[in-house]
Amino acid sequence: MTIPPPLDAPLLEVAGLHVEFRTRDGVAKVLNGVDYRVEAGETLAVLGESGSGKSVTANTIMGILESPPGVVTAGSVRYRGEELLTATPERRRDLRGENMAMIFQDALSALNPVFTVGFQIAEQLRTRRGMSRRDAGRRAVELLDQVGIPAARQRVRDHPHQFSGGMRQRVMIAMSLALDPDVLIADEPTTALDVTVQAQIMDLLAELKAERHMGLILITHDLGVVAEVADRIAVMYAGRIVEHADVHTLYSNPCHPYTHALLESIPRVDTKGTQLRAITGLPPNLTRIPPGCPFHPRCPMAVDVCREVVPALALLPGGRSSACLFADELVTR
Amino acid sequence: MGRYVLRRLVQLVPVFLGTTFLIYLLVWAIPGDPFAGKCGDRPCPDAYITRMRAEFHLDDNVVVQYARYLGNLVQGDFGQTFNGTSVGALIAAAYPVTVRLALVALLIEAVIGLAAGVLTGLRSGGYLDNLVLVSTLFLIAIPVFVTGYVLQTVLGLRLGLISPTVSPAAGFGELIVPGFVLGSLSMAYVARLTRTSIAENRRTDYVRTAVAKGLTPRRVVGVHLLRNSAIPVVTFLGVDLGSLMGGAIVTEGIFNIRGVGGLIFRSIQTKEGATVTGVVVLLVVVYLLMNLLVDVLYAVLDPRIRYD
Repeated sequence: MTIPPPLDAPLLEVAGLHVEFRTRDGVAKVLNGVDYRVEAGETLAVLGESGSGKSVTANTIMGILESPPGVVTAGSVRYRGEELLTATPERRRDLRGENMAMIFQDALSALNPVFTVGFQIAEQLRTRRGMSRRDAGRRAVELLDQVGIPAARQRVRDHPHQFSGGMRQRVMIAMSLALDPDVLIADEPTTALDVTVQAQIMDLLAELKAERHMGLILITHDLGVVAEVADRIAVMYAGRIVEHADVHTLYSNPCHPYTHALLESIPRVDTKGTQLRAITGLPPNLTRIPPGCPFHPRCPMAVDVCREVVPALALLPGGRSSACLFADELVTR
Repeated sequence: MGRYVLRRLVQLVPVFLGTTFLIYLLVWAIPGDPFAGKCGDRPCPDAYITRMRAEFHLDDNVVVQYARYLGNLVQGDFGQTFNGTSVGALIAAAYPVTVRLALVALLIEAVIGLAAGVLTGLRSGGYLDNLVLVSTLFLIAIPVFVTGYVLQTVLGLRLGLISPTVSPAAGFGELIVPGFVLGSLSMAYVARLTRTSIAENRRTDYVRTAVAKGLTPRRVVGVHLLRNSAIPVVTFLGVDLGSLMGGAIVTEGIFNIRGVGGLIFRSIQTKEGATVTGVVVLLVVVYLLMNLLVDVLYAVLDPRIRYD
């Protein structure tokens, strides 16, 4: 007998997730205890440099982690209280598309080049919902229309390469929404697009999220993108969440030196004219993560204790948390 | 696309003229007299030779001969052999056999080659993968006549599972083993080509998307992965069908199949110019049409390719 999940369980929750990549060159500890959750109608932005583990976390949630080399060594992923990491492959497949969907960075390579976009959207409706070819085709046109593709009725018969970058990402979004998922994971959805189109896509995602009351996990390395649409931000570094707070708190008062450094590295109107500060050093090699706080070699505040103690993600006043030993000193309020 | 096909068809005309003329010239240039050995042990009487040479216009200039041949050909007349058999009738008897053999060989190549390629491409490095790699290397390395005689001896003579030679009717069932022999080399290539293609494509983003959509593994592989990986394989199979349609002198010889391969071989030996030219012209046209078909199919399979 299975235990029914508690009614107040979060929509999606990741806890203590550890993932290793076992390769010939050694074991890379890609995720070292990731915790986050997202509720219906809420946008969580996951922010971090390349290689910080944002996409690996997302792929693990979806159950599409390449294995080998990827191995989940500890932790849990729960959807409405149901543990996914121990679920059968069939159960996980049922959840994909239907309950959680994902959109990828480069829609040109993520869409199959030899099928029409209509086919690729309708495919799920036909195989999963048993819709007829005609009904599924009609629904595909509606979906394309909803994501703002002009002349959807004609374009449904086009192939991915016939669309512009922004339109292609809209197709990708339409495809992910076909089965009305509750959780949408967007893995750097605007990185491959130019700035004006980026804004349009972000607006579209925000709109669709509100309309459908979805939980949206927005993975990005672009602080500018995040500010507009996210409710909460989780900052990742070396496979861990190092800071977690709501958007305004995080921007006005970062409580981790890494977040602070990230914010200093972007141009802002109120600091115009001053020199931008890049973060010195490189992200750690994941096969040899430094002892203690993984950020200490690059941290301007680092002291001896930082080299020995791994700081836990500790709760701070105001519902925020930080994985810095000196977080209390950084909180200004 | 329609314009492209039309242009390609028009291009066939000069190719057709050029090849027929070259072949005619080559046959004409073969040394020796076609009537030298026609009368048993004795040399043929001069009167007979003179009459035949006149009847077949062999003393005319080669260009004149060619023009006369071409004139008849465009009216559908392939001419006749020196003993008066219509070349058209010879082709009509032999070609269906060759087409059947080619289709059997192609089917074997496609089914076994693709299946082996998909299975090994999905799991490279395993037991099956090594088995297929070694056995295909083996097939590529050994000549067709070895495969042919070994299978004929073992299956036909020792085990008695098949008839060692094919009957004049040459039904599909009888052609399975000869078809396997004929197609074995290409089958090995198809297996390796498919394996590489599948292994390359199975880590692509669109395959990951298909998985993320919650499709069954069967559909991910059978629809999304295979459709993309099949493009080079289908191209190869199309070109191969073109050459299979040209007959197989060795395989036909081993299994006593009355196809066009043997017909050409015998005609060259007896200097039957009309037969050689007629058959080869037909094969050239078939080959060119097959190539056109492959190019059209390529655009159908990969919508990114545009010809207009």
